Amino acid sequence: MHAESEIRTPLILGDKNYKQITDDIIAPIEGKTSKWWYFLFTIALLAALWGIASFTYTIGEGIGTWGSNNSVDWAWDITNFVWWIGIGHAGTLISAVLLLFRQKWRMAISRAAEAMTIFAVINAGLYVSLHTGRPWVDYWLFPLPNQFGSLWPNFNSPLLWDVFAVSTYMTVSIVFWYMGLIPDFATIRDRMVHKGWKKFYSILSFGWGGRAKHWQRFEEVSLVLAGLSTPLVFSVHSIVSFDFATSILPGWHTTIFPPYFVSGAVFSGFAMVLTLMLVVRKAYKLEEYLTIKHIEYMNILIIVTGSIVGVAYLTELFMAWYSGVEFEQYTFLNRATGPMAWSYWAMMTCNVISPQLFWIKKIRTSILATFILSIVVNIGMWFERFVIIVPTLCRTFLPSSWATYTPTFVDIGMFIGTIGFFGVLFLLFSRYFPVIAIAETKTILKTSGENFKKIAAAQHKDHHKVEQH
Amino acid sequence: MLKKNKIHILFGDEEPLLKTVIELRKAGIRIKDAFTPFPVHGLDAAMGLPRTRIAIASFIYGITGTSLATLMMWYMMIHDWPNDIGGKPNWAYYYNMPSFIPITFESTVFCAAHLMVFTYLMASWLLPGVRPKNPDPRTTDDKFMLYLELTEEQTKLAESIAKKIGAEEFEIKGEFYLEPKY
Repeated sequence: MHAESEIRTPLILGDKNYKQITDDIIAPIEGKTSKWWYFLFTIALLAALWGIASFTYTIGEGIGTWGSNNSVDWAWDITNFVWWIGIGHAGTLISAVLLLFRQKWRMAISRAAEAMTIFAVINAGLYVSLHTGRPWVDYWLFPLPNQFGSLWPNFNSPLLWDVFAVSTYMTVSIVFWYMGLIPDFATIRDRMVHKGWKKFYSILSFGWGGRAKHWQRFEEVSLVLAGLSTPLVFSVHSIVSFDFATSILPGWHTTIFPPYFVSGAVFSGFAMVLTLMLVVRKAYKLEEYLTIKHIEYMNILIIVTGSIVGVAYLTELFMAWYSGVEFEQYTFLNRATGPMAWSYWAMMTCNVISPQLFWIKKIRTSILATFILSIVVNIGMWFERFVIIVPTLCRTFLPSSWATYTPTFVDIGMFIGTIGFFGVLFLLFSRYFPVIAIAETKTILKTSGENFKKIAAAQHKDHHKVEQH
Repeated sequence: MLKKNKIHILFGDEEPLLKTVIELRKAGIRIKDAFTPFPVHGLDAAMGLPRTRIAIASFIYGITGTSLATLMMWYMMIHDWPNDIGGKPNWAYYYNMPSFIPITFESTVFCAAHLMVFTYLMASWLLPGVRPKNPDPRTTDDKFMLYLELTEEQTKLAESIAKKIGAEEFEIKGEFYLEPKY
């Protein structure tokens, strides 16, 4: 077995054994639904219904119901698309990149983070499929022969790359998530007493039995999927940034966009994972599995990615000045001092300054501070996409085309609706699916569990005593 | 006719399971199967299972995806309906290739991931509605089980080895007869 230093902070607290892990993680599924769950679910459902109404209205009336206009032709739709897809990136990063780096702390959060990824990408998909204007002919995006549309789709266009990237990302994420869930569904299936639920989890578990050969394949499949997902996750947000970077618009036409977008995505995703998991660990009493140390690790990643984002903002400013292109310079002047300067400064404060507070250990190990700052980061990252899109499009090359932008009630309804829809899906997930990977957590119990570490430390001490004598 | 017993040996931990597997194999007993709640490291090697070739399959699926995407984009953009879009060169595949890279990559990942998972599910026969493969429901929680098919003689030997190492249960769950081979 892999040995670990006993000085390292344990990742599973308390006196645990394998049975205890199963009991603790399945407890919320077997127990009664709490009042809080119904309360939150009702709110989320109402918001989602408002969203459905707004979506239906858009489909019926067209995208003229949005605040977008001839000059600002991308607005909240693409802002929210990029925001949602960015949030999704942390899930894949946690489950794939951290798997390749053998970071054991990922096990407490990977399941919920992957679920978050999928739900966020679904919302992102809703936005892009609707912003085409005529969603009923969205199948023209697929490589279908001429008779269906006008021509073959244009493979030179980053917008088409996006279709392939996002759909690959979504399906691969779902498969990766589900492969990990199968053994845990089997664990639930074998415990369920109620016949109907037993049948339900039996179907979901695909007949898993934990055979040695299947575990061997399972581990190989996980490793290969992680290896495939890692470049995939970087490619997806790079391609999203190409939607902007391959245009000739000042403020968008920059080579820094791919890395800047990817780190921004990871940054916002980690913030969303923290927002969700701080609630989940409290509500389902999982504090011993998702410890302060886990929160600290995530906050450290927020400092890293937040600082990269900050450097990218400053590099953009410097390059605009250094390039000597007046249009480029004006774009940034307009962002920082123009009519929508408030959004620029909201972005700067939330994304560049606030995560730096995590350098202070007291703040990064405080649950309340982390919760507040994680929401601040989410707001900041929404403003980042807004700043890139709206103020830039308001004032482009031709002053006669300058315009302004205000969202309509449909825009707002759709945004709140997607948040509600996300909430509905996540609440259902946390009620019926194991929020922590049960089988994976058991594999680290003997190396990273508090009680096992104590035993190891005691043995180590005895060993030293013998040597000294 | 040769009588064989179907034997379930249950363990409460992974170390005695591993040790028993090694000892039984030393004694010349073949391990039919093992059921564990999580992947026990080194168990596949101890049981003498061959390495899985699923990663190789995934690689082949991946390059199939690369080829399919290349063929598709060559056919649509270069061969069937060449179109000058934004001055991007379309008279030969290799001129236009830089803008085909992203989709070629996505297609590679798409095929490698999905076909590998499909292969994995089919090879392990994991499908919705399939009967659970573990004979004892406790093995998805905290118990570890070995499944053996042994003659009367081997049963006694296996029992003494397993009990000595610390098996919690040793049960004969039925028997079957083998036609002798001549």
